[in-house]
Amino acid sequence: MRAVDIVGTAFRNAFRAKLRTSLTVLAIFIGAFTLSVTNGLGTGINRYIDDTVASVGVDDVMTVTKASDDEAAGDGPAEYDPDRIEADGPPGTTAVALTDDDIDTIADVAGVLEIEPVKDVAVDYVRHDGGDRYTLAVSQFVPGMEVELTAGDQVDLDADDPQLVLPEDYLEPLELGGAGDALGRTVELAVTDGTGTQVTTEATVVGVAEPGVIAMAGAIPNDALTEALYDLQSTGAPESETTRYGEASVWFDAGAGEEATQALQDRLADAGYTAVTLEEQLGTITAVIDAIVLVLNGFAVIALIAAGIGIVNTLFMAVQERTREVGLMKAMGLSNGRVFSLFSIEAVVIGLVGSALGALVAIGVGQLVGGVSGELLPDLPGLTLLAFEPVTVAAVVLGVMAIAFLAGNLPALRASRQDPISSLRYE
Amino acid sequence: MASPLISVRNLRKTYGSGPSAFEALKGLDLDISEGEAVAIVGRSGSGKSTLMHLLALLDRPTVGTITLDGTDTSRLSARQLNRTRNSTFGFVFQQFFLNAQATVLDNVTLPLKIAGASRRERTARGMAALAQLELDDKAGNRANDLSGGQKQRVVIARALINRPRVIFADEPTGNLDTATGGVVEDILFDLNRREGINLVVVTHDDDLAARCDRGVHLRDGLVAAREEVAA
Ligand SMILES: Nc1ncnc2c1ncn2[C@@H]1O[C@H](COP(=O)(O)OP(=O)(O)OP(=O)(O)O)[C@@H](O)[C@H]1O
Ligand SMILES: [Mg+2]
Repeated sequence: MRAVDIVGTAFRNAFRAKLRTSLTVLAIFIGAFTLSVTNGLGTGINRYIDDTVASVGVDDVMTVTKASDDEAAGDGPAEYDPDRIEADGPPGTTAVALTDDDIDTIADVAGVLEIEPVKDVAVDYVRHDGGDRYTLAVSQFVPGMEVELTAGDQVDLDADDPQLVLPEDYLEPLELGGAGDALGRTVELAVTDGTGTQVTTEATVVGVAEPGVIAMAGAIPNDALTEALYDLQSTGAPESETTRYGEASVWFDAGAGEEATQALQDRLADAGYTAVTLEEQLGTITAVIDAIVLVLNGFAVIALIAAGIGIVNTLFMAVQERTREVGLMKAMGLSNGRVFSLFSIEAVVIGLVGSALGALVAIGVGQLVGGVSGELLPDLPGLTLLAFEPVTVAAVVLGVMAIAFLAGNLPALRASRQDPISSLRYE
Repeated sequence: MASPLISVRNLRKTYGSGPSAFEALKGLDLDISEGEAVAIVGRSGSGKSTLMHLLALLDRPTVGTITLDGTDTSRLSARQLNRTRNSTFGFVFQQFFLNAQATVLDNVTLPLKIAGASRRERTARGMAALAQLELDDKAGNRANDLSGGQKQRVVIARALINRPRVIFADEPTGNLDTATGGVVEDILFDLNRREGINLVVVTHDDDLAARCDRGVHLRDGLVAAREEVAA
């Protein structure tokens, strides 16, 4: 028997008992659909995180802070440390400040290519053309980092004139018009200096940033603007204040491999600093999402195994029904191996139909959800909740076909071992 | 005399083992020459079907040899056995064993499909076989929708499709009325006479046995008498 005839016959046989096969296909469908949706969810969310990674930082930079000694927060009150300053995070979170000495120490650690203290600037307000004043957070721009822009360009770090990229949702309040109109306009930024006086400076808008979840909510200045703001802010402040930084960005050779990075982190740790790469910061998020998806996939796989038992059942009934037919075909010279293939391919066909339908419907649902997710999750612009990668979809379909094949093995084996004579005598 | 097509020596077949063992054939000798039509007759349970299954290489004897065309069939591999049954033998059973949902043409060409013939060749030869049995107008019908006589003609067409040298028929007319059975018999004997196809027919029907060249009478697993039935 030719392979094409075996497959064709198996296909036709699969749908001889339409209702029975349909119910089994339905069971497979449910499992495959669930698996596709959970995978799609994982892909969608992880892809969203990946897309926004570039706007958080670059992968050859690590954030270095001074290691604090009281990591076990539960062990009673911590001793007072005059070097402790407020750090990012929930109120009360503090970190030990880095001084210029620390910066020099870190710069001397082998593997540190460059170090830049993160200069915290606290902008009081932003104003355009004498209009209303709005608060604005300013984040530090790291070379290589890419903010997703609706219009304009990234800030030019080497430029001498102060530039900034403004978040899209500032355009309307500041009466800057459309994203295109805002480019090239000048805005006024105010900071409070060391003596408590409010001083202002100006900067040109060179780009408009798309809102994103991980992307920093604030504006992104170039070095010239950061310097200008920091200088204004430091005027009149005691020097001990101006030379204390919460954290520093350290450039390293990301191409040297994970071990080299780890070694650098160890060296920094020995020197008394904590260094965290971007990958580690994001890794925790993706790891949590992967774990959730894994658990959900586990449920889907359980559903698929149940459906696989349905296939075993369906095929045993088919083998029983076709006892005489199998006997006849064997009498007419069909080999045991071909009988086995006929039934196991029939199982694979059931798996294929169920999983292909499941994947297709999941993709369709993904489209529908994609249409409304903007309204459901307005805080996460740009998120495709269910994203499908061809490879994953193919893997689900192939995996289900493999399960179906295994499920079909037992009935197919029974059919192939049937004795033609007793099959022909079978009433 | 030319050497026989099928030669059987000391054929024994025991079903089961131990105390429940049953010896259906107890040392049987038989020669069937080329072109012969042989009837196997005997009471129910005398071992007719058992003998036919052994001759058709559907089963292996417990003891004894079956020589087909000078070859000891016990030496054939599973694959050679399959090929022999597919291309040298044709089968007609009392129950038709048709795939009720498939078309008449698909049923008839099943042996060709098993042999691995192309679709085009299957259709051409299937239509020719159906034409031979005057069923070509039914080719596209579902096998289920035919009358009993038509079904048995489809079965004969299927048995013929690979141009076999032997047709084994177990009670070919058992499910048919006398008139229809007569038509089916005519077809079988016509094939025997005109195309020289051997017939091995298991039957209870004395008239059918009488039309064969020779009757082999079985009694309790042995050939009871070898008579010219025509006498
Ligand atoms: N698989 C088997 N296991 C045990 N005994 C069997 C088996 N097949 C056949 N027999 C026995 O062998 C004997 C011969 O059976 P067989 O079918 O050859 O008889 P038969 O002559 O064809 O009868 P009938 O005319 O009723 O078809 C019977 O007694 C039957 O019970
Ligand atoms: Mg019988």
